[in-house]
Amino acid sequence: MENRPLEYDYSVSKLFIYSALAIGFIGMLVGVVIAWEMAFPAINTIFGDGAIAEYTNFSRLRVLHTDSVIYGFVLSGVFSTWYYVGQRVLKVSMAESKALMFIGYAHFWIYMIAALVLVISLFMGVTQSKEYAEFEWPLDLGITIVWLLWGASIAGLIGMRREKTLYVSIWYYIATFLAVAMLHLLNNLAIPTYFASDGIGAWYHSVSMYAGTNDALVQWWFGHNAVAFVLTTPIIAMIYYFLPKESGQAIYSYKLSLLSFWGLMFIYLWAGGHHILFSTVPDWVQTLGSVFSVILILPSWGSAINMLLTMKGEWQQVATNPIIKFMVLGSTFYMFSTLEGPIQAIKSVNAIAHFTDWIIGHVHDGALGWVVFMIMAAVYHMIPRLYGREIYSKKIMATQFWIQTLGIVLYFTSMWIAGITQGMMWRAHDEFGNLAYSFIDTVTVLHPYYIIRAVGGSLYLFGFGLFIYNVVKTMTSGRRVEVSELQNRTPMAD
Amino acid sequence: MFHWLEKNPFAFALAVFVTIAFAGLIEIIPNFAASSRPVIGTTPYTTLELAGRHVYIKNSCNACHSQLIRPFKSETDRYGDYSLSGEYAYDRPFLWGSKRTGPDLMRVGNYRTTDWHENHMWDPEKVVPGTIMPAYRWMFVNNTDVDTAYAEMVTVKKFFGVPYNEPVPMKDGSTKVIKMAETLHEARKDALEEAKLIVKDMKNQDVIDAVEVGRIPEIVALIAYMNSLK
Repeated sequence: MENRPLEYDYSVSKLFIYSALAIGFIGMLVGVVIAWEMAFPAINTIFGDGAIAEYTNFSRLRVLHTDSVIYGFVLSGVFSTWYYVGQRVLKVSMAESKALMFIGYAHFWIYMIAALVLVISLFMGVTQSKEYAEFEWPLDLGITIVWLLWGASIAGLIGMRREKTLYVSIWYYIATFLAVAMLHLLNNLAIPTYFASDGIGAWYHSVSMYAGTNDALVQWWFGHNAVAFVLTTPIIAMIYYFLPKESGQAIYSYKLSLLSFWGLMFIYLWAGGHHILFSTVPDWVQTLGSVFSVILILPSWGSAINMLLTMKGEWQQVATNPIIKFMVLGSTFYMFSTLEGPIQAIKSVNAIAHFTDWIIGHVHDGALGWVVFMIMAAVYHMIPRLYGREIYSKKIMATQFWIQTLGIVLYFTSMWIAGITQGMMWRAHDEFGNLAYSFIDTVTVLHPYYIIRAVGGSLYLFGFGLFIYNVVKTMTSGRRVEVSELQNRTPMAD
Repeated sequence: MFHWLEKNPFAFALAVFVTIAFAGLIEIIPNFAASSRPVIGTTPYTTLELAGRHVYIKNSCNACHSQLIRPFKSETDRYGDYSLSGEYAYDRPFLWGSKRTGPDLMRVGNYRTTDWHENHMWDPEKVVPGTIMPAYRWMFVNNTDVDTAYAEMVTVKKFFGVPYNEPVPMKDGSTKVIKMAETLHEARKDALEEAKLIVKDMKNQDVIDAVEVGRIPEIVALIAYMNSLK
């Protein structure tokens, strides 16, 4: 009994993989639709300009895209890896505790219910307008419950652990939990008007505790760090587990892990001010935001370099193993994106970049190149181990990799050009000091870039479709494999 | 120390929390009071304006339009005076936006009129050839939710001391009183009176008829809000 390997229970992990696949596809599809809407506005009213137009309009769909990919797809991916990695690095099975299993299932199903309510409410236009924190207070409470259930799962597994030392991935999961809890609660402080006015108006409506400049400051402290702690730290948690596991290589440097982790924790939270440069927030806050953004390169690159050097001496795996390829390109995009961000945070650059498509480009090279690539690599690594089957097709993985990479390149290059073009045109003056362009000139000029971006996004979505097909095929008809084949390199059929 | 932390999850979590928490405290607290003080001439929103603001938020206008004029010549030439912190004192939530797919709207009330908005929201391409803004025709049909706007007025007066029914200093030395109704019934009447003033400059017969019978289509509230942005 004692010498038998632990039987891990992956049932919750599997559920979150299903939701990641489904919501990921829907969220990206909505993104592609609104990208085409910007290129060809007639698509906004594709089902007529009557009552239905309200629900096919860019303004309603945009928020559905951002929130479904961030909180639907990425968080599903994060949770699925938590319920896989957590057990393995802490050397404890969920099945050992009925309470933990219950928490896991409750976590998934309440999350699903919240997601459904969220989609309906955003379609209806129920929003408090703050980016990535659009949800009104009833949903905020639901999100809090989901988050606390995840926290209970983390605390429970750690409490029961056999491996006493917490592995690097666990550090990042803990940080994700704490930071998002803090940010979510403070940014969403609001007073429900229905109760404050003794029962007048919509019951779900609320008014923010902060006004104007303060509201902006709190919101971008949240907004920037929601990116940090939903789209960065849990993804680093993943790569710290999956890259060494898949490649059979040890992490290059413990000290670099340490430096990057604590550096990131300390520096990230200061940088939110770079979203509101030249606004009405105090100048010293703006300068702090700008300076800390540049310093942020250090811990970000620390993690990325640590990952890339983990492959030292084993670079041939990049050519032979598509999963490694996804992770190495992901790390590279992480480096790229964490250099681009600080450049945009420099005040003089920000004066041009802010309010333009360059920012959209930046978000997407990070999200598509780093976050989604890493989640796909994690799923490809986990699926054979969850189902005891080999990956259905290596060819599809390779094809998907190149189609999606091409999609990303088209996306960010077109958005760079669009953003810088527009930023420069807005400020252009003629010889008499008058504005050289009317606003509409700076919109029509972007048309070709919007088309290129939409093509790039469509390619990426097509690649994601291939990914889903490959994963579903693996689950249902991949060749059955022995446990001994699942040590490091994931088995895959040509 | 780090080895010790990695074996003691509670201490580890505490250390992480302290490390991430204090940046927010240092950046947000010191200027909190000063940042929320209104400048002279800034008034709270009227019932219909606030309802219009809700229409603006409901349709995520802020996804494509900013309300923040940066202190650059190119921006003040295009949009008017740069923004001051106190001008946002009654904005809950703030609506600065993060993307200018369309132009800034901070002072749109200074240079656009009711009929311009009416035509533009009905068919943007006709008013601004080449625009990528879609039409918002459902706003000419859907009713404005005045009740929720009134509930918000009551709430902000009660909790944040927003000066409804009090004299507010204006730039020319005079004072102005923004009225908040005593009852919901009265608030609906106030909003309708405001709507009638807007509709005088509108041509859409359905909207005119609606206001005639006491309904306020969303477009009327939205225009009231747009006109208040100065």
